[in-house]
Amino acid sequence: MALDKETVARIARLARLNVPEDELAPLAGELSGIFAWIEQLNEVDTASIEPLSSVSAVTLPLRADKVTDGGIAAKVLANAPGGAVFVDPSDKNAGGFFTVPKVVE
Amino acid sequence: MAVLTDLTIAQLGAALASKEASAAEVVDAHLGKIEEHRALNAFITETPEKARAMAGASDARRGRGEAGLLDGIPLAIKDLFCTEGVQTTAASHILEGFVPQYESTVTANLWKAGAVMVGKTNLDEFAMGSSNMTSHFGGVENPWKRRGDNRKLVPGGSSGGSAAAVASYMVPGSTGTDTGGSIRQPASFCGIVGLKPTYGRCSRWGVVAFASSLDQPGPFARTVEDTALLLQAMAGHDPKDSTSAPLAVPDFVAAARNPDIKGLRIGIPTEYRIDGTAPEIVALWSQGIDMMKSAGAVPVEVSLPHTKYALPAYYIVAPAECSSNLARYDGVRFGLRVPGKDLAEMYQNTRGAGFGKEVRRRILIGTYVLSAGYYDAYYKKAQQIRALIARDFAQAFEKCDVLLTPTAPTAAFAAGEKMDDPVTMYLNDMFTIPASMAGLPAISVPAGLDRDGLPLGLQFIGRPFDEETMLRAAAALEKSVGFSARASGY
Repeated sequence: MALDKETVARIARLARLNVPEDELAPLAGELSGIFAWIEQLNEVDTASIEPLSSVSAVTLPLRADKVTDGGIAAKVLANAPGGAVFVDPSDKNAGGFFTVPKVVE
Repeated sequence: MAVLTDLTIAQLGAALASKEASAAEVVDAHLGKIEEHRALNAFITETPEKARAMAGASDARRGRGEAGLLDGIPLAIKDLFCTEGVQTTAASHILEGFVPQYESTVTANLWKAGAVMVGKTNLDEFAMGSSNMTSHFGGVENPWKRRGDNRKLVPGGSSGGSAAAVASYMVPGSTGTDTGGSIRQPASFCGIVGLKPTYGRCSRWGVVAFASSLDQPGPFARTVEDTALLLQAMAGHDPKDSTSAPLAVPDFVAAARNPDIKGLRIGIPTEYRIDGTAPEIVALWSQGIDMMKSAGAVPVEVSLPHTKYALPAYYIVAPAECSSNLARYDGVRFGLRVPGKDLAEMYQNTRGAGFGKEVRRRILIGTYVLSAGYYDAYYKKAQQIRALIARDFAQAFEKCDVLLTPTAPTAAFAAGEKMDDPVTMYLNDMFTIPASMAGLPAISVPAGLDRDGLPLGLQFIGRPFDEETMLRAAAALEKSVGFSARASGY
């Protein structure tokens, strides 16, 4: 399947990925090449085949719905790119917030 | 005494146990090599101070008679494993400066066994690539060169830094991760042993995720026995990874020390005779089959009819999972943030600036195949193909105990070759991806040199959770081949 520039721009928007205008056409060409190569999968009749979502034969385990850790707000916020705001600066594990650009006027 | 950096993990373990060398001496010798060969760009972050402190602690433990399986052994860690207090980048600009506040289970297991971390190795960005050329921190150089040709070659990928570090004797062992061949292909290109365990054998907890249904950590070393020693420490059930198998860890080391393969049925898949494979690799494969036969094994021709579809199916499954996993990099909780006029623009700017070209390409493929109206045509179809690939292997293993194939269709190539067309680059993984799609264990063992003097590997693929038979076969091939070549100048 051939992808056009507009389709690439649409999926880039869906992926929240800024792609410069001048890269859209070359990307459309590359992705079309990859999808043309992927088309060969249609040679295989898979009508009666159950899709395999996990190779692991293990049944996913259940665990008790219990709090097993906590009180580590300082660690959780240690890499916050916008800087963190702590509820109580003298006790950073008491809680805090990530910061983002203002979303409500 | 022998040069410490020439010793294998098993030999270093013996030297440490007999007090011929201290962990501090062993680590210093390797740190010297790392400095000497810094031009290879194998490391993103070196941690010499941490290494010396860990070595000191190791010597103290040994003094108290509490030495573990890998006590005092210096290891390099792929920069995809989160290491507490040490920058972990996934070779991406978007994670540059990220300092994990926790330790991955696999590395924690290695430190529990006494191993010493010397640094974090370079890789393709988010482990997406077969050449190490997609790293934000620059490509890694393969210590091997073609005879009479000074061009730099790639070490393979994605775990190229880990492979180059072992091949250049900077470390006796290292960790990698393998999603579609990221341990086995660089092992083949660098003339060392690389092992991808069964999916679920090693915990993925704390490993930066690429494609969660395929990713699996594993070891690199210069001998089969050494990879078994590393795997012994790395493996084990981890409640923090729900796909980690609740199975006891077998004695991998004993299996690797027992190259008795009398009567072992070695499957030779017909469909792996693919056009475009270098004739020397086909010849090497035949030679490997003959060697196994001479050692008492029985070659059996088997069929894996859906082999050729594994690669295109992988390039749906892996990007789909990658696009989901990488959604977390939004500039809010960790990593890079590039401001924008509102939240949506901040996301777009951050991700556009933070991800490199190959990662962006795969996120777009993944987003497309998962988008409304296309899911059945692509993702579901790929999962159905995946079921057929797994069935092929299950049927083949009714007739044989382990499979023997080439690891890669070519030897290491020069930096810049194969870069024009993504599909040409993807074809590098045609022999490794089928086992990944089926979650099977596989190992690449150096089996010879091509006419340019570059190493070539052969791959064994085992039954699920039967790394032991695979290690036995690999040890037998290693013994028959007697590979002793090393990259000149290293």
